[in-house]
Amino acid sequence: MNEPVFELTDVSYAYQSVPALDGVNLSIRRGERIALLGANGSGKSTLLRLLDGLSFANGGSLRAFGEALDEASLSDERTHYSFRRRVGFVFQNPEVQLFNPTVFDELAFGPLQLGWSRAEILQRIEEIAERFSLGHLKNRSPHRLSGGEKKRVALASVMIVDPEVLLLDEPTAALDPESQSEMIRFLAASRNTGRTLIIATHDLDVLPDIADYAYVLDRGRVAGAGTPAEILANEALLRRTRLIHAHWHSHADGTAHIHAHGHGHVHRHEGSHGDPGSSVSSPPMTNGVG
Amino acid sequence: MFVGRLLQGLATAAQLAEEAEALNARQGLLQGLDARVKLVSMLVLIVAGVQTHSSSALASLLVMAFVLALVSRLYTMPVLRRLWVGILLVAAVMALPALFLVPGGIAGRLPMIGWSITEPGLRSAAFLFGRAAASSTFSMSLLATTPWPHVLKAMRCLGVPAVLVAVLGMAQRYIFLLLQTAMELVEARRSRILGPLGAPGRRHMATSAAGALFERSFFLACEVHLAMVSRGYRGDVRLLDDFHMRRRDWLAACFVVVVALIASIGVGR
Repeated sequence: MNEPVFELTDVSYAYQSVPALDGVNLSIRRGERIALLGANGSGKSTLLRLLDGLSFANGGSLRAFGEALDEASLSDERTHYSFRRRVGFVFQNPEVQLFNPTVFDELAFGPLQLGWSRAEILQRIEEIAERFSLGHLKNRSPHRLSGGEKKRVALASVMIVDPEVLLLDEPTAALDPESQSEMIRFLAASRNTGRTLIIATHDLDVLPDIADYAYVLDRGRVAGAGTPAEILANEALLRRTRLIHAHWHSHADGTAHIHAHGHGHVHRHEGSHGDPGSSVSSPPMTNGVG
Repeated sequence: MFVGRLLQGLATAAQLAEEAEALNARQGLLQGLDARVKLVSMLVLIVAGVQTHSSSALASLLVMAFVLALVSRLYTMPVLRRLWVGILLVAAVMALPALFLVPGGIAGRLPMIGWSITEPGLRSAAFLFGRAAASSTFSMSLLATTPWPHVLKAMRCLGVPAVLVAVLGMAQRYIFLLLQTAMELVEARRSRILGPLGAPGRRHMATSAAGALFERSFFLACEVHLAMVSRGYRGDVRLLDDFHMRRRDWLAACFVVVVALIASIGVGR
């Protein structure tokens, strides 16, 4: 059996007096693709920050690669560099992650901090630029790129050090359909690569493609866990955790009704939609009860 | 009107940074020198200009500053040119009262008003203006011909504390985010304003925008720092380019030391 990468026991965290995580217990093993599901404010992003050693738990214990992950351990220079080499974090907002004058500098930033040699860095930049189709953007300012390009640069700047664990906060949020599809393809292709993926999302449509197992968070607690199929079949859990909601829509024949489903789903029933294509296209995921 | 001017100012700041980045990559005398030599040289020349009491030494430094800017092709930056003119105008305005307030022999009178311009006042104003012009030209020459990360690394090489360099680095890194946020904020405001604002309305808008911007920029600064830490940053500036002192760097350093010494001793006081 694969060894655990992260072990969380009764972890809690609060922003001043506002609790964000409360009694979280998780065990994530090497090579797993885990989704952290939850509505806004459920504690997903906070949990990712704890896993990346950017914030530290107020209570309970968090172990990474068998060692305690706390402020004291990361203040040791060797542990700091070793941990940063092994764990990469792609922030939800690529703007905060792109702080260098050019895309080239952005890609070089991580390896430089980790003390890689110049030759190694230059070679790796070439490889990663080709893999993420960034060759033509290398000398551009990251601030001048489109949203999809920014996300690609942010991902490439983390992937350049080839981390064992990749943490992604809402990787498909605010992307155009093509960029979203690229991101999903990347995450889907990470299956069986040995890399551990931990993805915070509330996008149920992409869940089966990007994760093998999911934890549902609600108000800082783990409200449920299971395979994507199990989670998506548990309508009561999804409704309770505000991942699906009552949705109003109208049909071409003038009728209107309310039913529950996850965002962006396609469903079938007797009435025809205004856009006929949507009712006949093959749904990527269906959990509607219309 | 007020919002429009504010937007234009923010856009100019972003354009200036962009032009400076482009200028860094061009060929020129200062662009070819080691960042450490440039940093120390400019500091030495600024100090020499500020403390000299010799008019010919100050004039020589001023000429040197303009020649350096010229051969480093700073004149090709329209925004920088505008900024430069602005600085010189401010210096001139600051120097203006000295013409009339410093006591001494009368050199002339202002037509119509008849105010007396004194000889020592003229000299003081000329010194104030010359020092401001030389200092601003030297510092702009450094910043426009050296990538900011190189300036930071040079500071670390010269023993500036890591904390100070980290703060300066952070400031540069999130200034674009700040500019963008400020522009979005002002545009959003403008889209909801139906007619021209009165003075109280403009003041209210400016203060509330400043407060909102401060809050957002503080949040962004924290986020940018976390993103840097997440990729291994521990406060040290690490660059792909290593600094190497070449013959021309040593020559430039020696030249600057000689010029500064001559200016300090005072030529033809």
